[in-house]
Amino acid sequence: MNLNTSILQYIEDVKSGSFTVEEFISATIDRIKMVDGNVHAYLSLNDSAINDAKLIDKKISSNEKVGKCYGFPISIKDNICITGTKTTCASKILENFVAPYTATVVNRLNDEDAVITGKTNLDEFAMGLTTEFSAYGATKNPWNIDYVPGGSSGGSAASVAANECLASLGSDTGGSVRNPASFCSVVGLKPTYGLISRYGLISYANSIEQIGPMTKTVKDNAFLLNIIAGQDSNDDTTIDNKNPDYLNEIEKGIEGKKIGIIKEMTTADGLSQEVSTATKESIQDFEGLGASCEEVSLPTIPYTVAAYYTITSTEAGSNLARYDNIRYGYEMESEGYEYNSYISKSRTKFGPEVTRRIILGGFVPSAGHAGKYFLKALKVKSKLISEINTAFEKYDYLIAPTAPVQPFRFGEKIDDPVTLMLLDYNTVTANLTGKPAISVPYSVINGLPIGMQIIANSLEEKSLFQAAYALETKTTIPEVPL
Amino acid sequence: MTKIGLEIHCQLTKLESKLFCSCKANYREFEPNHNVCPVCMGLPGSLPRLNQKAVESATSIAMALNCATPEKIAFFRKNYFYPDLPKNFQITQLNVYGDMSVGGEGYVDVEGKKIKIRRIQLEEDPGRLIYEGTSDRTKITLVDYNRAGTPLVEIVTDPDFENPRQVRVFLNILSDLLENLGVAEPGLEGAMRADGNVSIEGGNKVEIKNIGSFHDLEKALHFELTRQQSLHERDIEIAMETRHWDDRRKITISSRSKEEDQDYRYFLENDIPWVKIDQETRDVLKKNMPESISSKKERYVEKYDIAPQVADILSSDRYYSDLFENAHNESNAKDIANLITTDLLGFIDTREKRETSKVTPQHLADLVNAVNAKTLTRNSSKIALQEIVKSGKSVKELLDEMDLGQVSDSSEIDNIISQIFEEEKQAVQDAKERPETVNFLVGKVMQKTKGKADPAKTLELIKSKLGQ
Repeated sequence: MNLNTSILQYIEDVKSGSFTVEEFISATIDRIKMVDGNVHAYLSLNDSAINDAKLIDKKISSNEKVGKCYGFPISIKDNICITGTKTTCASKILENFVAPYTATVVNRLNDEDAVITGKTNLDEFAMGLTTEFSAYGATKNPWNIDYVPGGSSGGSAASVAANECLASLGSDTGGSVRNPASFCSVVGLKPTYGLISRYGLISYANSIEQIGPMTKTVKDNAFLLNIIAGQDSNDDTTIDNKNPDYLNEIEKGIEGKKIGIIKEMTTADGLSQEVSTATKESIQDFEGLGASCEEVSLPTIPYTVAAYYTITSTEAGSNLARYDNIRYGYEMESEGYEYNSYISKSRTKFGPEVTRRIILGGFVPSAGHAGKYFLKALKVKSKLISEINTAFEKYDYLIAPTAPVQPFRFGEKIDDPVTLMLLDYNTVTANLTGKPAISVPYSVINGLPIGMQIIANSLEEKSLFQAAYALETKTTIPEVPL
Repeated sequence: MTKIGLEIHCQLTKLESKLFCSCKANYREFEPNHNVCPVCMGLPGSLPRLNQKAVESATSIAMALNCATPEKIAFFRKNYFYPDLPKNFQITQLNVYGDMSVGGEGYVDVEGKKIKIRRIQLEEDPGRLIYEGTSDRTKITLVDYNRAGTPLVEIVTDPDFENPRQVRVFLNILSDLLENLGVAEPGLEGAMRADGNVSIEGGNKVEIKNIGSFHDLEKALHFELTRQQSLHERDIEIAMETRHWDDRRKITISSRSKEEDQDYRYFLENDIPWVKIDQETRDVLKKNMPESISSKKERYVEKYDIAPQVADILSSDRYYSDLFENAHNESNAKDIANLITTDLLGFIDTREKRETSKVTPQHLADLVNAVNAKTLTRNSSKIALQEIVKSGKSVKELLDEMDLGQVSDSSEIDNIISQIFEEEKQAVQDAKERPETVNFLVGKVMQKTKGKADPAKTLELIKSKLGQ
């Protein structure tokens, strides 16, 4: 059975009886058993996946109403809660945490008969760009297992790229969907802030993060967004998107559209030769599709990474304060501790990157320092928003490579936090401004993928998909060598 | 000059649900940790859902306290670790970056003096810590999160009070006002709490915390003033500090904690979007606000000629004013008011009695009608009311059942008077000589008839028998 298929093709095949849901899910599980020992995309598997598949087959055979997903297999990043299953955030501190409720996005998938394959690996609490900060071991890049898959949704991206599922849900706080999408050659969307409910997503930096679909094709991504987007009474920050059909007119093309090439993201020192070349080629592709491209400058961009880490650390310091091991967590002897020392002791379970950001988060918004750091970061954020809004008065899209470099080897950058942070240079702008951005697989050079990023104005996902689809038609990506 | 300021916390217990989830705002009836959900327990992945009704209640309070209310409000996180705080931050409000809390710059009139309200903010109550065991070695702390997330309004005054007595008067006014608004039940245990801050001429400000009741607050303030004055007289500097009220020893103790130095790292709670409270919303809230206590009192005195002291009692207690409003009409208002304040008040003088009382406005109206129609004496009406409080029986039922109907038949009363004249020869003689003692004989008749004889008719008949 060909597991390297799109969701839309899968649905057609199931509908036409080429195979049953159970057959496909079984084959997917076999595939996971075969490759995941090397890839380590999953932290846990859904034991009832086959059973779920059988139930959907029964619906199909008895002509009952079947949900739009027809049982396609999807993996979920392990910072999104599902009732009765462990949600660890790839952290030792949540090693045994079983959520008593299910995230809205997962409920919506279940309602439409998707089959959850399992929970995928990530950098602890989604803080990182390589999955090397997972407390349960790194995920490997399916294109070359000596290389990082990107992060923090590295497990999600790898699971899709390695045909261990047809799609995944990741979360994107500063590039955590788009970066691994780029590194593993899958399509990854960070939607407009508020488009997708965060209820059930374990917060890292709640003011800018979103859940995002990760798929093999642009159309699959639009299909998935149709299912999970929209207002949710459990999340006050969700906005009314008027439920458009993101698949409708996706092939419309971008003839006559105006594209701004973000100067700061395409001329930075950190940009590799390969990525630079690919970017130039993609610009030619866009022009070949009838769009006009020109360089645009957003002068605040050089300050965004610093602002991003200041804001996210502040929020992380607060969001992660609840892990005191009093109400849930892991086994720890409490004898001999008063509550302050107990909390301190219990929190030593956090890994190095999380600890670093919690410490930073205790400092940058503190009295006497907030003015120099946190409040200044908020100013950068609002300045950036006004710059990008001005740009969107003139351009339909802004483009830049998703990551300034291609995947690198394990251990290469983990000891250099600042270099690692700079990998976010091209992605944090969409988070800080709340704009939707998508990473589209563009090419594979020296066996390693490169993704292109397209940013659109708020709630312009439909238009964003049209551009992404147009670009996708210009590319030829080889089969993953795994 | 003595300066006292207050920080009052009042739970909005009249609301159905907590501030950010659908658990009950009134947590008191639950077993420990049975009024909780993923949101108020702060479980990973849960998000707060703002209770819009709480914003409305808090805004009503702000308006009733003559505060300015902003066009839109925001929430902030106050970050600190404490076991009663499920998220280890409290969602509250802050005005450091502009006026973003539900209200500010208000005032309350206290005996002709304006006590300024600095700000009013809406926030979540933490859980409750219960200390078990007596010796320090075996001491354990239990946490009950039933209260966590209960909507709480914080009211901060300027240091405008000159003495503890003023504080008491203010708190009574405030507590009546909150009850009258229908948003809170200040009488519920723990529903309204106050901390104070005190300074005397030439001294630093001292905050007093951990005060269990308003009664203790007054005591704590008295103690603190005496302490500060005695330090001052001995030329010892009064340190700026936080002190805790020791309920057992009835003194304040320096808390020696780092509480004052704590940095709460306040920042915007981005899970809750800014809440717009436009003019229209405010107009509707204002329109729907119950009549104020002072306006009620004025109306009772002017419209119904009710004595000011009686009007005061009626208007300041929502329970009594509601009874009054629903029982009275143009003609019987004064009688209803008197019935409530002279008779009913004594029968339901505790919270428990009030809650179990079966009295309805209809009862009061029926009683007054019966007295005015002379089918019931005032005295019997009091007996009937006592029974009504317990059983809730109708006035008609009681008239039949308890044999309370008024005796106004002349011949019947005459017979009884004849008997009394036989039994009380000395008194009859006295009454003939000194007419002012005639009431003794009237009293005897009432006693014999169990209060049912028409007092006016009885007097008239006795007088005529005495030849007066």
